[in-house]
Amino acid sequence: MSAVLPLPAERAVRQRSHWTDRVAHAALLAIVAALVVFLALPLATILAKAMQDSDEHFVGLANFASYLRTPALLQSFVNSVWVSLLVTAVAVPMAFCFAYALARSCIPAKGVFRTIALIPLLAPTLLSAISLIYWFGNQGVARGVIQALGFKNIYGAPGVVLAECFYVFPHALMILVSALALADARLYEAARALGTSRRRTFFTITLPGAKYGLISAALVSFTLVMTDFGIPKVIGGDFNMLATDVFKLVIGQQDFQRGAVVGLLLLTPAVLTFGVDWLVQRKQTAMLSARAIPYSPSPSRGFDGLMLSYACLVSALMLAMLGMAIFASLATYWPYNLTPTLKHYVLGLVDAEVGPAFVSSFQLAAGTAFFGTIVVFTGAYMLEKTRGMDALRPVVRMLSMLPMAVPGLVLGLGYIFFFNAPGNPLSGLYQTMPLLIVCTIVHFYTTGHLTAVTALKALDAEFEAVSASLKVPFFTTFRRVTLPICTPTLVDIARYFFVNAMTTISAVVFLYSPETKTASIAILRLDEAGEAGAAAACCILITAASTVATLIFMALGAWIGRRTQAWRRPMRS
Amino acid sequence: MDDYLRLEGIRKSFGSFQALRDIDLTVARGEFVCFLGPSGCGKTTLLRIIAGLETQTGGRIMQGERDISLLPPAKRDYGIVFQSYALFPNLSVADNVSYGLVNRRDSKASIAARVDELLKLVGLPGSDAKFPAQLSGGQQQRIALARALATAPGLLLLDEPLSALDALERVRLRQEIRSLQQKLGVTTIMVTHDQEEALSVADRIVVMNQGVIEQVGTPLEIYRDPATPFVADFVGKINVLSGRLHPGRDLRIGSSRFACERDTDQEREVKVYLRPEDVLARPIAAGDPNVFDGSIDKIEFLGSYCLVRVHAESIGTEPLTVYLSLNYLAEQGLSVGSRLPFKVLPERMRFF
Repeated sequence: MSAVLPLPAERAVRQRSHWTDRVAHAALLAIVAALVVFLALPLATILAKAMQDSDEHFVGLANFASYLRTPALLQSFVNSVWVSLLVTAVAVPMAFCFAYALARSCIPAKGVFRTIALIPLLAPTLLSAISLIYWFGNQGVARGVIQALGFKNIYGAPGVVLAECFYVFPHALMILVSALALADARLYEAARALGTSRRRTFFTITLPGAKYGLISAALVSFTLVMTDFGIPKVIGGDFNMLATDVFKLVIGQQDFQRGAVVGLLLLTPAVLTFGVDWLVQRKQTAMLSARAIPYSPSPSRGFDGLMLSYACLVSALMLAMLGMAIFASLATYWPYNLTPTLKHYVLGLVDAEVGPAFVSSFQLAAGTAFFGTIVVFTGAYMLEKTRGMDALRPVVRMLSMLPMAVPGLVLGLGYIFFFNAPGNPLSGLYQTMPLLIVCTIVHFYTTGHLTAVTALKALDAEFEAVSASLKVPFFTTFRRVTLPICTPTLVDIARYFFVNAMTTISAVVFLYSPETKTASIAILRLDEAGEAGAAAACCILITAASTVATLIFMALGAWIGRRTQAWRRPMRS
Repeated sequence: MDDYLRLEGIRKSFGSFQALRDIDLTVARGEFVCFLGPSGCGKTTLLRIIAGLETQTGGRIMQGERDISLLPPAKRDYGIVFQSYALFPNLSVADNVSYGLVNRRDSKASIAARVDELLKLVGLPGSDAKFPAQLSGGQQQRIALARALATAPGLLLLDEPLSALDALERVRLRQEIRSLQQKLGVTTIMVTHDQEEALSVADRIVVMNQGVIEQVGTPLEIYRDPATPFVADFVGKINVLSGRLHPGRDLRIGSSRFACERDTDQEREVKVYLRPEDVLARPIAAGDPNVFDGSIDKIEFLGSYCLVRVHAESIGTEPLTVYLSLNYLAEQGLSVGSRLPFKVLPERMRFF
């Protein structure tokens, strides 16, 4: 008799792990654990807080309902949205024209224009707000202009919009320059051969090619403005926005529940961004094939002249912002006595304890750059180049992308809720420098991560396979090959972390203690205390420090490049 | 010859897609085997499973007396060369070649001697101080080969090692690889999609398609006696004619009849496969059997010889391709539209 026996269920075959693989798995697990504790749990705490009453009972959506019933808070939401939209509508086209001048015209001194336009990246966001007050404030040099335009004064919406435009301009510019820099000359030659007009070429080739960049720039601008805290704090007056509301609710009124609700609202532009990005990326096909010939613009007098005047105008505006802050920081007693003096620097640094704050800032920046670069690069390497633990990898990937969607303010809020909770064994970290460093690393994690992943993906995928076949453990290959090849990338990541840690306000504003107060926070305090001159001086000092740091990192990069990248230069035969 | 590598029932699926189904294969010690097939046939997956870079869904791999099915790559014994060379760009040629030796804590002098020996072996002596970027593609692949052989592995795995090279370099290097392999006697498996490459270097060819082995055999067997229509089509150029097989070893194509070796109980349709070189334009003696009179409808010039397409009513509607030398065409004054008598060799016909 032949009975039909059920086949034994096949056990999935699993390769035995080499001990070196287990080292990699442990490292990967450590990264996941860190991202869960320092990113996922704090965010989850915000969500939980938003659904609890003040005695930590679950109340569902009651806090949201009460938020919607508070007209003042709702007004902030409306304000934030229209200001963000307006800034995006102004700054993105301006940045596009500037990027167009840099990428598609033959104007001279492109490097200078580019550097000037990127200055705001090196300064605390407050700098433009403080400068605007000196230009157009109640005692400003050009306050008449504002009144002539029909505004009562610069404080409030007009000031916020103007200052935010300066703040987001370089961010939009960087995206658009890279979008416009990638162009296939053959498309333009084909258009010319077919006798296409310049205008039609622009609308049928240039604009569609830069479409993705434009959308990205718009989304980035909108999100940055929506979640910025410093500018509305300084120049917003009684014009309320979401970001300032969070601070008032949480720090001022200790209303954690509604603070959490506003924090979640601040996450909405990020959700929107991810959605749109996903839709666009799906449709985006590679415009630039490997065979593309890079486009190089040809001179045209009228057009180049127009572009040059525009670039000069924008650069002048940028320099006017920076220049006014410098000037104001040196004026003895604005606006009555403009004799140059260093007393604000002295006052700021010595009397108002900005000196120690500077030390804190430097500690924060150095710690973030050092540990952040190590963590980010190790994480990216473990993710991209090791084997096994396949179920865990998508989780790491998602957690690494998440910080991009989380505004600093929301992250800081999560940290308060999570690390300040009485039962948390990690609560000893609260308000310490290590936690500030961790928070800043997490805040800027995604950009560093993507930079590292891009560099790692450029390496041959089979290096690790070859090493294994030669019985060389992966960490030896990491040390001998991967790390030396990637040093320029490491320097880039470290510079990015350093500069951002130097100028950041949003996340740390919730987490500092008197001992760990950073210089960027000190500006806020000086401004609140009416010490505008000292605040300006402090802005200038931070900008100078970031600039010097950038130059040092660039020199370091060049030096390392000369020492370790000899193999990149083909020998002349 | 004793068996060195034995694959038993190797299977691999990616989700619901079956990349490999029940692969059984034995490779003898010192043998040069090519996995040949179109892209997506599973040949690279099979090589990566042997290397431990992919894990099979089921089945067993024996290398020598050792069951290596579940061993991680570092515990197996092989050297590997990839299409992309995968040379470490920041290390000199000498450091690349000695990469696996340094780890074995050999002495510096013995490492240097071994590097010299290997560089001589691959024909690049004295290039030890250069960086990979300073070498041509073919030179880089030779260095990759030296690196793979440095630790004297029992098995050499080559994953499309010649595909990134230009045509001339490809032909030169494949012969070098073959003579090197024979000199060292190392068991070698090479993955390729280029049938000419496989025919010219392999002891045996494994023809694969859609995750299964279609045929295993020497190059001559694969070419002369394809086991399946796929192999016949994939390896070399071939004419395909429709015929009918009648009981009594009677094969009919068009209005012609041929005696064949295989018999059938029932009349059935068959596809007849015939290589162009088995269709002869000369010598044809008076009274030869299986001679047909066709007309030339296309001549494709390929240098010293031409591919000539002829049409003969009496042997079906499909045209036949014949190789004719340029001299012969000129001698006979043949051009499109000319009549061409030709002879077919029925014993060379394969049908399925």
